[in-house]
Amino acid sequence: MTFKIGVVTFPGTLDDRDAQRAVRLAGGEAVPLWHADANLHKVDAVVLPGGFSYGDYLRCGAIAAQAPVMESIIKAANGGLPVLGICNGFQVLVESHLLPGGLIRNEKQHFICRDQTLVVENVNTPWTNQFQLNQEIVIPLKNGEGGYIATEETLKKLEGEGLIAFRYKDVNPNGSMHDIAGLRNERGNVVGLMPHPEHAVEAGFGPDMPGTMRSGTDGLKFFTSVLNSLVSA
Amino acid sequence: MALFKKKKPEFVPSGVDTTANAAVTPDKALPYAQLGLKDDEYARIQDILGRRPTASELAMYSVMWSEHCSYKSSKMYLRQFGEKVTDEMKKDLMVGMGENAGVVDIGEGWAVTFKVESHNHPSYIEPFQGAATGVGGIVRDILTMGARPIAVMDQLRFGAPENPDTARVVHGVVDGISFYGNCLGLPNIGGETVFDKVYQGNPLVNALSVGALRHEDLKLAKASNPGDLVILFGARTGADGIGGVSVLASETFDSTGPSRRPAVQVGDPFAEKVLIECCLELYHAQVVAGIQDLGGAGISCATSELASNGGAGMRVQLQHVLKRDETLTPEEILMSESQERMMGIVPKKHLKAFEAIVNKWEVEYSVIGEVINEDRLYINWGEEEIVNVPPRTVAHDGPVYERPVAYPAYQDALNANNVHVAAHGHGLHRHNDNGSELAAQVVQIVSSPNQADKSWITDQYDRYVGGNTALAQPDDSGMIRVDEKSGLGIALATDANGRYCYLDPYEGAKLALAEAYRNVAVGGAKPMAVTNCLNFGSPENPEVMWQFKQATAGLADGCLELGIPVTGGNVSFYNQTGDVAIHPTPVVGVLGVIDDVARRIPSGWQDEGNNIYLLGVTKDELDGSVWSEVIHGHLGGRPPVVNLAFEKQLAEAIAAGSEQGLIASAHDLSEAGLAQAVVECSLRFGMGARIWLGEICERDGVDRTAALFSESTGRVLVSVGREDDVKFVGLCEARGIPVLRIGVTDNSGHLEIQDIANWNLADLAGAHKGTLAELFG
Repeated sequence: MTFKIGVVTFPGTLDDRDAQRAVRLAGGEAVPLWHADANLHKVDAVVLPGGFSYGDYLRCGAIAAQAPVMESIIKAANGGLPVLGICNGFQVLVESHLLPGGLIRNEKQHFICRDQTLVVENVNTPWTNQFQLNQEIVIPLKNGEGGYIATEETLKKLEGEGLIAFRYKDVNPNGSMHDIAGLRNERGNVVGLMPHPEHAVEAGFGPDMPGTMRSGTDGLKFFTSVLNSLVSA
Repeated sequence: MALFKKKKPEFVPSGVDTTANAAVTPDKALPYAQLGLKDDEYARIQDILGRRPTASELAMYSVMWSEHCSYKSSKMYLRQFGEKVTDEMKKDLMVGMGENAGVVDIGEGWAVTFKVESHNHPSYIEPFQGAATGVGGIVRDILTMGARPIAVMDQLRFGAPENPDTARVVHGVVDGISFYGNCLGLPNIGGETVFDKVYQGNPLVNALSVGALRHEDLKLAKASNPGDLVILFGARTGADGIGGVSVLASETFDSTGPSRRPAVQVGDPFAEKVLIECCLELYHAQVVAGIQDLGGAGISCATSELASNGGAGMRVQLQHVLKRDETLTPEEILMSESQERMMGIVPKKHLKAFEAIVNKWEVEYSVIGEVINEDRLYINWGEEEIVNVPPRTVAHDGPVYERPVAYPAYQDALNANNVHVAAHGHGLHRHNDNGSELAAQVVQIVSSPNQADKSWITDQYDRYVGGNTALAQPDDSGMIRVDEKSGLGIALATDANGRYCYLDPYEGAKLALAEAYRNVAVGGAKPMAVTNCLNFGSPENPEVMWQFKQATAGLADGCLELGIPVTGGNVSFYNQTGDVAIHPTPVVGVLGVIDDVARRIPSGWQDEGNNIYLLGVTKDELDGSVWSEVIHGHLGGRPPVVNLAFEKQLAEAIAAGSEQGLIASAHDLSEAGLAQAVVECSLRFGMGARIWLGEICERDGVDRTAALFSESTGRVLVSVGREDDVKFVGLCEARGIPVLRIGVTDNSGHLEIQDIANWNLADLAGAHKGTLAELFG
């Protein structure tokens, strides 16, 4: 059977069509979800894509976290629905308290777009089960407010309980504490990260890899992972 | 009669100036000169109306007849872009010049629209907002044709890097483009950045956007059906940008004058993003007859152009315009350049459907008028009529000037002072016999601000969004997939060399065209159409006008020779501070088409053991070159000779090689010649190579300085896998393309130029990539 993956569009969302394409390339059915509609249309998982929801007004992701669709998603996530937050989607997850900490302006005060190497540090989630532990992957990163911050106590908990899903390798592009690029929740069903896996799903349009231009497709595994987990569930 | 407290003393002291009032007070003095109108222009307005204009009418005419909107100094020269064309050139042109943007048929039922526009003056006064709203404006232009915008590029010229004011402008402009462009979800796929002291008081910020549409979705912004509603939607109208067009774009900066900051518009990219999606849904639902964007000259422009384009009239109630500030006067509302506004022409029967869509996107709107079957634009303020004009006289019948033209007094001496006679007749010194000096010059050049890697800038832009970017900076062109099934795509490159154009504006414009054309071709695409943004000094200076005349002739002749049409463009005059004009800078953009972007050719070397071929001939052409500038601080002589027939042959050979899968990489040779090209090819993917110059020197009769740094046109550096060698060389020879093997790629981690240098790639990368970050980071 084909699994349905919801992709949310808020006003100002930019990478929704890219996330839908990634779902399709992985073999799933992409279902557009609208911010003002609390109905999740029986989707099996949800992607919160990147962008500048509500113009990043107030604080990145803060207004989106109050949208009708998020009320349903928060409830479903607490019930175990797989949810992936990418970039602005990660910010929405943090603002929704589905993941801890906060995301602030990049250390160098500039938006940055680069092909970023990450280390996958947790493969026990529906979004990462197709990776090897400590696998290095290349995923495009593009954000202005991607600096991860948290209290000492939270960081200790994240480190101690293996909740750090991805860490920046070689370059920490935005000043994130502990080189944190992405997190999982305790249950594992909610994953958020700043880099954009939906931009590394198709050879020819992905990040540069050693010796071959735009050939990186490491991001596809996020989407095949969730489909795999739904089959096994 | 309702009385208003006027904010602007130059307007009538109290009360709205109505047409009735104008008829009975013919002698009332109006401040037309402050609004940028000349005496004879004002007299013409009186002639057209048979009375003095009202304050509102004056506001409309003054902005619409400004240089920026009316092209009054350039029109007579721009005509040749429509005249120097063959039927063959027109066959793929769905919409030519004169509309918001030209539209080109790229096959498979797809069309593409693209345009570049200047936002130079606002960007000097307020770099962040100036650049941001420049991106916003060009994207709305593309949208009005019914197209989904798919990419942006920007062409930037800044003052000398070491001047303390340059960093202010660079940071503001780059942040502005980053802030606004990234929020729109449009990949930024390339552009240009040039530093030169001639742009110190007058930076150039040009923005290009491209959009794609199905043939049947093509829209033209016009109001032709009487009874259709005129609806203003998007952001509310505020006091920003009032008079921006006439006051800013049509006057020379005077450092002693008052600050003009309030005349710069302020952008809200979130509003624009929502507006883009909203407009595309309106088109898709077929509930609008046309949409016009509100940019320069705001409501004055949109109402008069929509009516004039449609051959109809319009009746507008200005009090229905939604305002941010209730104290705005009618004249201010007419002139406001508030961003993120659109004017839709909506058949009455579709009003409900229109409302449903704009409400879904939470976009504000108000019905402000209707289309009428009369050649008249009536605008009311409540009960009172404040505008009653033939729309065409505002939108399209502005003054046309044949400005005086004079061959510049400095020109002959400039052209005579070439690299062979400069330095008191000794010629610029060449270290032909000193390998280590030549090596040092290469490093000095590739790390100079203009030749250095631009990723400090381009990494602040999103090049990924959309998932269709096949090539982007630092490749020679930007390339975007249009059709996800077939892989059909487009390539875009822009170019301008102000130094060449200063030496010879006619040849300089052709050179820009040739380079943009070649940049598109080396990516594997077929060049199809041209757009331009002509940045010049004051048209009131006859020597500037001569430059403009020469450059437009060069571009039109060049396009005719290459067989690709100009589809539209933009002119920016008055780029000067005091008496000092910028170098003439005609930015030329070339659009190419590729049947499958999977076939695109990388610019850099990826595989070890490939042969490196130089196509084309190297001549001793160093006048106006980067070498003359960076090493010797010299500008004189004549720019390189351009042979467009050969450029065409070369482009066809690359296309054939690409279609047969023979080309592993191709990179255009232009500024700083072969030296720059081998460094870029090597650093693109970190692949080393061994290069030898001996055969170039021998075959072409040039010295090592020319072999490295000459900027002869019609040259491309190609790498070819060993198995394809014979075929590739055969293909070039059969097509009459001079081909010379000058090197081999290797995985040594070094770039060696025999007898000159052997660089560690990491060191070279440090020199090439560190410059801009050091200057501005």
